[in-house]
Amino acid sequence: MGRSMCLPIIGEPVRMAQGEHMGSPLRGNIMDIRMQIKDLSLWYGQFHALKNINMEIAENRITALIGPSGCGKSTLLRTLNRMNDIIDGVKISGRIFLDNKDIYQENIGLTELRKKIGMVFQHPNPFPLSIYENLTYGLRIHNIGEKSIWDEKIEKCLRDAWLWDDVKDKLHSSALDLSLDQKQKLCIARLIIIEPEVILMDEPCSTLDPIATMKIEELMNTLKKDYTIVIVTHNMQQAARVSDYSGFLLLGELIEFDDTNNIFTAPRDKRTEDYITGRFG
Amino acid sequence: MNREKLIEKTFFLIACSALFLLALITVFIFKEGIGIFLKIGFAKFIFSPDWAPSQKQFGLFSMIMGSVWITIGALIIGVPLSLSVSIFLAEFCPKKIARILKPAIELLAGIPSVVYGFIGVVILAPLIREYLGGPGLSVLAGSMVLAIMILPTVISISLDALHAVPKSYLEGSLALGATRWQSVYMVIIPAARSGIIASVILGMGRAVGETMAVIMVSGNAVRIPHSILEPVRTLTSNIALELGYATGMHREALFGTGMVLFVIIMILNTAAYVFTKRKVRK
Ligand SMILES: Nc1ncnc2c1ncn2[C@@H]1O[C@H](COP(=O)(O)OP(=O)(O)O)[C@@H](O)[C@H]1O
Ligand SMILES: [Mg+2]
Repeated sequence: MGRSMCLPIIGEPVRMAQGEHMGSPLRGNIMDIRMQIKDLSLWYGQFHALKNINMEIAENRITALIGPSGCGKSTLLRTLNRMNDIIDGVKISGRIFLDNKDIYQENIGLTELRKKIGMVFQHPNPFPLSIYENLTYGLRIHNIGEKSIWDEKIEKCLRDAWLWDDVKDKLHSSALDLSLDQKQKLCIARLIIIEPEVILMDEPCSTLDPIATMKIEELMNTLKKDYTIVIVTHNMQQAARVSDYSGFLLLGELIEFDDTNNIFTAPRDKRTEDYITGRFG
Repeated sequence: MNREKLIEKTFFLIACSALFLLALITVFIFKEGIGIFLKIGFAKFIFSPDWAPSQKQFGLFSMIMGSVWITIGALIIGVPLSLSVSIFLAEFCPKKIARILKPAIELLAGIPSVVYGFIGVVILAPLIREYLGGPGLSVLAGSMVLAIMILPTVISISLDALHAVPKSYLEGSLALGATRWQSVYMVIIPAARSGIIASVILGMGRAVGETMAVIMVSGNAVRIPHSILEPVRTLTSNIALELGYATGMHREALFGTGMVLFVIIMILNTAAYVFTKRKVRK
């Protein structure tokens, strides 16, 4: 994995006392902070894709990243589980904390980290294996449990992803034969079976029809009881519907980050207002 | 408009004549060879191990076994080697190095087979004679030389298959916390499976069909080998060695050998085609 990263040391790890959100444009207080992004910048070669981002991810809430296409939403999301590491020529500075631990530290276990912070992609990407094998994949790579309890886990995660009734009779047929929204649900099931703590979703509904989108949104609402969710969407209605907090990105900058209600009813920045009222984007 | 039509027609004719030539060759081989099947019978021709043209004994079984042994040997040595190389090139190798290595491997395909044979005779056979025994010119020597010769075929086709696997599978797997190797082993290779199988089958076809290098290094004795250190004759060697002076029934028997080879290669290529066209499925 060719990667070059520069990680300047910016003082001591930040201790997150109540009410102390240095540089954060948040008005209200987030009660339980799960992740914190500090002074994050990212370059693709010479291209400065993320500029000094500061924000917090609240536990058991849905945080949405909105903004026009190409503004850096996916890039920001992928810094949270270090998926940008696999891209050549990416340079990152700043810090990201998960429970006060810097995930960009040298000695962080990358596989452990990605097990804790799972990801759902824009295009559903079940492996070209059977539904069963897709689900046991995470169990196998992380050596979770005995085979005897796998079936139980599989049923549970499929029920949690609202897929059980659709596939219970064909667990051993190919995952590629499922419909698009079933595939996306399978990807969610494949993720929650290894019990991550944070789920990152990159436009998970953009390839789905409105009804399937509704279902995934409902699903997200039930999942937030157990998981911390960050969702990227270019669909503002979706952000307004599902999220608790929203961050508005423009050209690599986090213009505004706040309660979703505030963002959509009383944005502080003119550019946010222009975007949510549909004046551009 | 007229000119367009003319060009179109010309190319059509050229394409047809190429096909026609191919058909002609096929018909010719079958016409020349069919006699031997009629005269001594299909079963005897294929399954008798006795080949003594002067005594009118024409049985291909020794040569068939020779081809089988040498080909299997070449696959046992060559396939793991080739697949390791293509997996390394596709998944682990820095792009810069891959850009140099890949053409270098493809260059291997351009080396005339007589050169491989020559190296086999001069270096490989004496080594085998000295350290393992036997005459040196043997199944083992043939298999080793063929193993090298099938590398470019197997590597480039399996490499294409690995490159064709959508990047999203790797990302999905890494995002679940898999290591690079786990992703390759558990997702990418299974996804490329049909292409990889096709590459092996095509390598097999190359091994079955190779003649010059095999004649030079494998000893050409007409008998069923009992060990990899014994010399063997393959179907292709049989034709090349004897066609120069064969007449009558002998000549027919050699064309019959050609027919057998033709059918084997057709079967292998069809199988490879079916595998490359097959959608990833489970
Ligand atoms: N692998 C990459 N290499 C170079 N530039 C990239 C790469 N990925 C994304 N970019 C650029 O970074 C910017 C942000 O991309 P992205 O995060 O995908 O935006 P979004 O998800 O908001 O549409 C875009 O200008 C895009 O062209
Ligand atoms: Mg995106």
